[in-house]
Amino acid sequence: MARKFNVVNKSVRKIDALALALGKPLYVADKVPAGALHIKFLWSPHAHAVIESLDASAAEKMPGVHCILHHGNVPRVVHTTAGQGSPEPSPYDTFMFDRKVRHVGDRVAAVAAETIEQAEAALAAIRVEYEVLPAVLSMDDAMKEGAPVIHDEPEAHQPIPVPYEPKINKAAFVGMDVGKLEDGLAGADEVLDRSYFAHYAQHCPIEPHVAFAEVDAEGRIVIVTSTQVPFHVRRIVAQCLQIPVRRIRVIKPRIGGGFGVKQEVLVEDVVALMAQRTGRPCFLEYTREEEFVSARTRHPIRTRIRLGAKRDGSLTAMGMDCLSNTGAYGAHALTVVCNCGSKMLPLYRAPHVHFTGTAVYTNLPVGGAYRGYGATQSSFAVECAMDEMAERLDLDPLEFRRLNHIKSGETSPVFRALGEGKAGVEQAIGSCELERCITLGAKEIGWKKRGRWQDKTGRLRRGIGLACLMQGSSIPEVDMGAASIKMNEDGSFNLLMGATDLGTGSDTVLAQIAAEALGTDVEKILVYSSDTDLTPFDVGAYASSTTYLSGAAVEDCAQKVRKQILAVAGALLGRKPADLLAADGKVRAKDGSGEVTFGEVALHSLYAADQHQIGALSSHITHKSPPPFSAHFAEVEVDTETGAVRVVKYVAAVDCGTAINPKLAEGQTEGGVLNGISYALTEEYLFSAQGRMLNPSFTKYTIFGLRDKPELKTILVPSYEKTGPYGAKSVAEICINGPLPAIANAIHNAVGIRLREGPFTSEKVWRALREAAPAGASRR
Amino acid sequence: MSRREIGFTLNGRPVTVAVDPDQKLARLLRGLGCPGVRIGCDEGVCGACTVILDGRTVNSCHTYAFQAAGRTIETIEAIGTFDQPHPLQTALADEGAVQCGFCTPGLVLSAKALLDREPAPDDELLKRHLDGHLCRCTGYEKIWTAIRRVSAPEIPDHETRIPDGLSESPGTGR
Repeated sequence: MARKFNVVNKSVRKIDALALALGKPLYVADKVPAGALHIKFLWSPHAHAVIESLDASAAEKMPGVHCILHHGNVPRVVHTTAGQGSPEPSPYDTFMFDRKVRHVGDRVAAVAAETIEQAEAALAAIRVEYEVLPAVLSMDDAMKEGAPVIHDEPEAHQPIPVPYEPKINKAAFVGMDVGKLEDGLAGADEVLDRSYFAHYAQHCPIEPHVAFAEVDAEGRIVIVTSTQVPFHVRRIVAQCLQIPVRRIRVIKPRIGGGFGVKQEVLVEDVVALMAQRTGRPCFLEYTREEEFVSARTRHPIRTRIRLGAKRDGSLTAMGMDCLSNTGAYGAHALTVVCNCGSKMLPLYRAPHVHFTGTAVYTNLPVGGAYRGYGATQSSFAVECAMDEMAERLDLDPLEFRRLNHIKSGETSPVFRALGEGKAGVEQAIGSCELERCITLGAKEIGWKKRGRWQDKTGRLRRGIGLACLMQGSSIPEVDMGAASIKMNEDGSFNLLMGATDLGTGSDTVLAQIAAEALGTDVEKILVYSSDTDLTPFDVGAYASSTTYLSGAAVEDCAQKVRKQILAVAGALLGRKPADLLAADGKVRAKDGSGEVTFGEVALHSLYAADQHQIGALSSHITHKSPPPFSAHFAEVEVDTETGAVRVVKYVAAVDCGTAINPKLAEGQTEGGVLNGISYALTEEYLFSAQGRMLNPSFTKYTIFGLRDKPELKTILVPSYEKTGPYGAKSVAEICINGPLPAIANAIHNAVGIRLREGPFTSEKVWRALREAAPAGASRR
Repeated sequence: MSRREIGFTLNGRPVTVAVDPDQKLARLLRGLGCPGVRIGCDEGVCGACTVILDGRTVNSCHTYAFQAAGRTIETIEAIGTFDQPHPLQTALADEGAVQCGFCTPGLVLSAKALLDREPAPDDELLKRHLDGHLCRCTGYEKIWTAIRRVSAPEIPDHETRIPDGLSESPGTGR
């Protein structure tokens, strides 16, 4: 499958890397106009309450205060904050401000003032009286008969035709069956029935949510925001403010990390309305505490897995029932829980497959899009269950997976049965190098030395675990990305696209694709992305889509432009375009009889004869969502006296098709893996009995630092996905899914305990060790 | 308490400015034309706001502005240009160590402050020095490779990875 590329599959320097390292003013907060007002929110102190009265009259008179927004003075428009395509597959259950508050940290009011201090002083002067309601603080409580109804407002509804029952706190339900699970289990030699729980977490972009808006000279609202979805921001803000989309322009500068949390319209409605009301630029940035409490989280999901298998290791049935806590609002509730099934069930062949996904409302922090998007939660369950079943069958867990995993040319009925909020799209697997990922990863970690936990002794015991993973690349028949290219006089090109680089390097990757197709180098591609006035549409950065989806739009566009270049060059050289080749910024006759530079072609097209702008526009939708595949291996060391787990080495072997930029693909993998390890071992939300998060700070919610990093080894295993640009598939999300199951499996291999709920803290491991071993028998 | 005028040296130039008693250095510096002072957590943990104060790095979001009085401050704005980047900036860019880039200026300043004192630090010292910088994008692998390359150019790439067994307990390295 080896192909020769000139620009693609090379680790060119990320085009914005140096500017970022020089500290240039590239982020939202660096671009705030002079004289901008500062916005601060008043948040609910209660998990569930009705605002009986809100008196802002004293606060309004305070020095520096320009505007106070609350439920009494803003349009009441039901919508979702989920930045998805229209109509969004998330329930409409949110208002800019509401009379009811549904979690600690829900919006009550917002103040715009000359300074932050004045805004904060005004917040303290807003008098609010609450009728505190009984709160729902667990998924089980949400489903109890007579449970308090969190969304009792009449406007709450689902904009797409799917089940939605807010009266019983049910935000989403989805299910599918292929064959009959019971038959598959009845025909099995071994049946496993287990539940696993993947916990709350926050994305922790180092730059929190930040945006400003101003009204321009023509009265349009210009929003500059750190978002993954500029076009969805424009549409949803227009909806909230009840103004036409054309009255709004959204610009995304550089983003200080997103990981899904910025696929959400969380602050833009308020900065826009404040700017409209005050006529002043208005600026808002979340504090770190607000990012934890009032932004979005990973949906905590309990997954029941039922597996049936024959003694020979073949699976007869896979059942997955997911219960997701969407918190106070249903953002991404349906689609995340769909993804639990659609991304992990097709990984293994089984004649009988069953899936249900249910999302319930609680009065806890709101779930949202988080890298992995459900597959993180369900891969924990599937990959631990596969290990548990292998143990029952007395098979090597690696061989057990090899016997069952999907391969190139095969399909799964799950692809068609389960999409995102609707039926999916049938597809056969094109490229799949999972087999090689397993082989290479196993070799790198030293799989053969892992041994049995029963034979391990001493205080510090090591174990090795594995997890196999699958994700997708874009949402087929749903998502669209577009790009335009125009040629400049010196043979350079402006590449304009809606695709949203949130720090991943997609601007660079897409420039490489354009350069490859045009026959030039990356330096000649001037990228401008994500400005709703100037760039073509793109759904934005989510669903592992940018390289595969937007990249194909860029490739198509560049091919169109290349043809135009060849036509002009043909006129200059007196040859037919078919006799010409474009490479290295030049057009050459194939027989070597002449050449012109791109600059000469551009000058000719603009000034000499038959003058025209060489340029094109392309858009692309996908008909498949080809999965990247990955095999992860963790080696851990467990301290049997303290329960401390240390990851010694972590190996991720990834098939992402052609890595357009190998170093950036490795970076995506390493970043996802370390985030996943940090999630598996330390990250957790702690709550008071009243539903208040107790640790909303980096001092108490610790994320991994450089010293915590184990030895990381990334192995890019090339394949060629025919439907992707230059053979590429996605790479961004898949690798965050591995650590939770791989580490759980490694802990079991070290000390014999099965942890079915994260994070694997010292305390949890220590307790499990004590439970597993009779007193005094822990040290051998 | 009232505003008070202080003087200090910022990136080689004398500055006189009135500061509030509770004003933090990070916001003061951003207002003085240093946008590379990033504010990530505002609680002295993430390291994005790192500046060099009299040769030592501090989290400027957790430092009072008045503490700068009479002292010398270096921010990222004084380190490197497009034409002549600091070797650390070149290495970070070349190694793919800059993803969103929000943490990068702080990392550059921390590494520079150490290397100015100790041009060839051992792994443990370098790690201790860089540990105060949270990065959610890269997994630190390429950051480590890049900075190790600048600080110990003779070490070949494959030996620059963090050897195992170095973090005493997960998530508490700071």
